[in-house]
Amino acid sequence: MRFSPGVHVGSAILFVAALAVLGEVMIASGMRQLGDLDDIRESRGLGGTIVAVLTNARFVIGALCMALNFFAMLFALSIANLSLAGPAIAALTYMGNAVAAKFFLRERVDRRRWLATMCMLVGVVLLTR
Amino acid sequence: MLVAIMLSASIGDSFLKRGMEQVGAVNVHHLGLLWYALFNPYVDVGIVLLIGFFATYTAALSWADLTFVMPATAFGYVVIALMGRFWLHEQLSLSRWIGILLIVGAVGFVAGGPSRTEHPELDHMDAGAGR
Repeated sequence: MRFSPGVHVGSAILFVAALAVLGEVMIASGMRQLGDLDDIRESRGLGGTIVAVLTNARFVIGALCMALNFFAMLFALSIANLSLAGPAIAALTYMGNAVAAKFFLRERVDRRRWLATMCMLVGVVLLTR
Repeated sequence: MLVAIMLSASIGDSFLKRGMEQVGAVNVHHLGLLWYALFNPYVDVGIVLLIGFFATYTAALSWADLTFVMPATAFGYVVIALMGRFWLHEQLSLSRWIGILLIVGAVGFVAGGPSRTEHPELDHMDAGAGR
């Protein structure tokens, strides 16, 4: 079964955005699990803080997703125009992050934050056009 | 910390761009240039700034919500656009100025609210699992 180039480009953009959302949500979740890094640094020092972060499973998974996202982005840019891929990936990532933060991280995404997300999304699209 | 996030990523990207312009175009047949790029001072400064960005971004997520920190990362687009306008003397179209105003407004909206959603019971369970 053959897919049109548009489907390939759309799938690549969706995949890159999904990896970015997964990575950022996992890193945010890991950091929430650890707590304020300043407090950890006071008790364990800088080295202990770095070890605590690097041995947090959620952080490691998130960082791996972000690394994979980087290479997926390179692939997406090889088949899609930057003027399309850039704004589309940024917009999908910001929107996906807001939804994931509400449902997975259980953040209070109130009207103020939704409005900020929408402004940011439109702003980024206008800036990168 | 949010200011560091806003500035480090965009300035780091600008240094990388400047360095890679000096190194030349990298393609499959010239992958060795990537190794050569590591010895370019602009690339090195860019890498250091991007490591600094990731460290401050990660630290910010330890005390603030993702939806609070997110607009600060978007503000990098504004910094790049303003650097283009005032440093490289590029022309900014009306739509880009509107984009800048919208992102600045988004940062202002979020910064005026609480930085973190408190979940005492979840935080307690997470703290037990994470330490």
